[in-house]
Amino acid sequence: MNDKPAILELRNVNKSFGPIDVLHDISLRVRVGEVLCLLGDNGAGKSTLIKTLAGVHKPTSGQILMDDEPVTFTGPSDAQGRGIATVHQFGGTFPLMSIGRSFFVGVEPTKGWGPFKIYDRKRANEIAVKAVRDFGITRIDDGDRLVGGLSGGERQSLAIARAVYFGARVLILDEPTAALGVKQASHVLRIVNEAKKRGLAVIFITHQVMHAMAVGDHFAVLIRGAIAADFRRGEKSREEITDLMAGGETMADLEAQVEGYLETHEGHPPSLQVLEGPTAH
Amino acid sequence: MMDAIKSVLRRPEAGSVLSLLGVVLFFVLFGGANLGALVGAASWVNFAANLGIVAIPVGLLMIAGELDISIGALIPAGSMTTAILSGYYGLPITVGIAGALAVGAVVGLVNGLLTIRTSVPSLIVTLATLVAMQGVVLSASVLLTGNASVALTAPDWAKFLFGQLIGGSHQVIIVWWVLFAAIMSFVLHKTRYGNWLFAMGGDKVSARNAGIPTDRMTIALFVLSALSATFVGVCQAILFNSAQVSGGMNFIFNAIVSVVMGGVLLTGGFGSVVGIFVGTITFAIVSQGIYFTQIDRNWSNLIIGVMLLLAVLMNQSFRDLALYFRPRRKQGLPREPANP
Repeated sequence: MNDKPAILELRNVNKSFGPIDVLHDISLRVRVGEVLCLLGDNGAGKSTLIKTLAGVHKPTSGQILMDDEPVTFTGPSDAQGRGIATVHQFGGTFPLMSIGRSFFVGVEPTKGWGPFKIYDRKRANEIAVKAVRDFGITRIDDGDRLVGGLSGGERQSLAIARAVYFGARVLILDEPTAALGVKQASHVLRIVNEAKKRGLAVIFITHQVMHAMAVGDHFAVLIRGAIAADFRRGEKSREEITDLMAGGETMADLEAQVEGYLETHEGHPPSLQVLEGPTAH
Repeated sequence: MMDAIKSVLRRPEAGSVLSLLGVVLFFVLFGGANLGALVGAASWVNFAANLGIVAIPVGLLMIAGELDISIGALIPAGSMTTAILSGYYGLPITVGIAGALAVGAVVGLVNGLLTIRTSVPSLIVTLATLVAMQGVVLSASVLLTGNASVALTAPDWAKFLFGQLIGGSHQVIIVWWVLFAAIMSFVLHKTRYGNWLFAMGGDKVSARNAGIPTDRMTIALFVLSALSATFVGVCQAILFNSAQVSGGMNFIFNAIVSVVMGGVLLTGGFGSVVGIFVGTITFAIVSQGIYFTQIDRNWSNLIIGVMLLLAVLMNQSFRDLALYFRPRRKQGLPREPANP
């Protein structure tokens, strides 16, 4: 597994905004056909990390390598041009536009000549519908439907299919399942697997451990801007990962503490102060 | 048949067409209007054409998520510039027209630049330029001519192009309006630039990330709307052989009402030029066509208010219809599992 070539690599990357250090000494590799799950609680630095990968932020120090060559992204469009695509939580699509139109936003296929170049609706619709159907979302069959009428999972799928169609090699998925129900989330996870099969490198950001374990090959847990753990599939259990994300406090400890308190206090739950006492830290 | 009706209802202009039919029907049934006289009348068509030329770019801006109310000051600015240059100073009319359009272009550029460079909403930016331009026009007029009203005599060719009364009643600006609407409809719905406008109104950040030059598009739209407003001013000055510093303020609300009745979503991302066109006609028929009925003229604003509300409600439900529309599966095709 480990000998797959790395598409994107971070070496000792630090990022600070003025006096505030957000990322400390991050080293990560994203390989061809692998899903890297980036886990972390809110405020752990996940967004800053993906924005650095997507070319929005420049690292304060350290290196970004693509295909083992050091690169500097001049901006998000530069990173996009090199095949790094970010899909945001809500798909980043336009609810009141048709599937075909939103798929080709900014790169509309046209026909005709000169001032009479017109948007080729038929071709755009055909390509968009085919792209998303190839990912197994067969319920989308009409490119004239408005994106806002699709389910959350279908919208994510459309956004991922779009990124792949336009030549993405690295797919950054920012909490794609956070706002979705169980069934919709499984749609998205299936698509993540499909993207992986096609040889894309996927960076999957989430704080839902179950979703991460369903598709991940490689996991990195981010705590306060540093990588607290870096392990491969099967090396850690779900409980261990959850505990890591919660910042080292084990869930089991917390549960034992609450139960002990209940017993000695006639069934009343403990106040927050008691839980945050010296034993918890 | 039902499918055909429904596919019409899903279009952005569905609400405005129904509103128009409703108003005409109301006027004929309850106002005792003669349909032939109403349709043949010039008053509302002239009104609609002057308003419509401004309403189209205002609507395009709204689709792109912006608002321009400085048009209210730019209409008198256009007519005064032409009248001062060509009437008071006696320069050729081409200089007067070019001067007026230049004023429009500059104000549009300022509106656009301020909107993209600052985080101030365009409503406030154009409110500022609206008030500022009113001051500029009044001061400049009094300073240069000592008067708030200036006469203008345009040569025949300019009269023919911009200030003619076709058949003695219909202003030539109607032709300009129809042409402008046709061109803009083509641009909005058939070219990639139209797609960019919808994307900008839907989500500006995503649109920019997709490589759309959102800043340039925004500036171009503001310049277009300012140019249209000064153009209407130029035509009015040439038609009436004079220009006044006042007037034009009504256009602000009239244009916005027409656009919203025409099915454009106030928050952007949805609408059509046909809708704006029909919305303008509807507005014009309510405010001018009422003279052809036995209904007292004073009621027209009430009707407009009620219609605006009805039209927006209709537009909302039609938009939902469009959103959740799924074509029926063709028969004979095996139904695919919902969860492949």
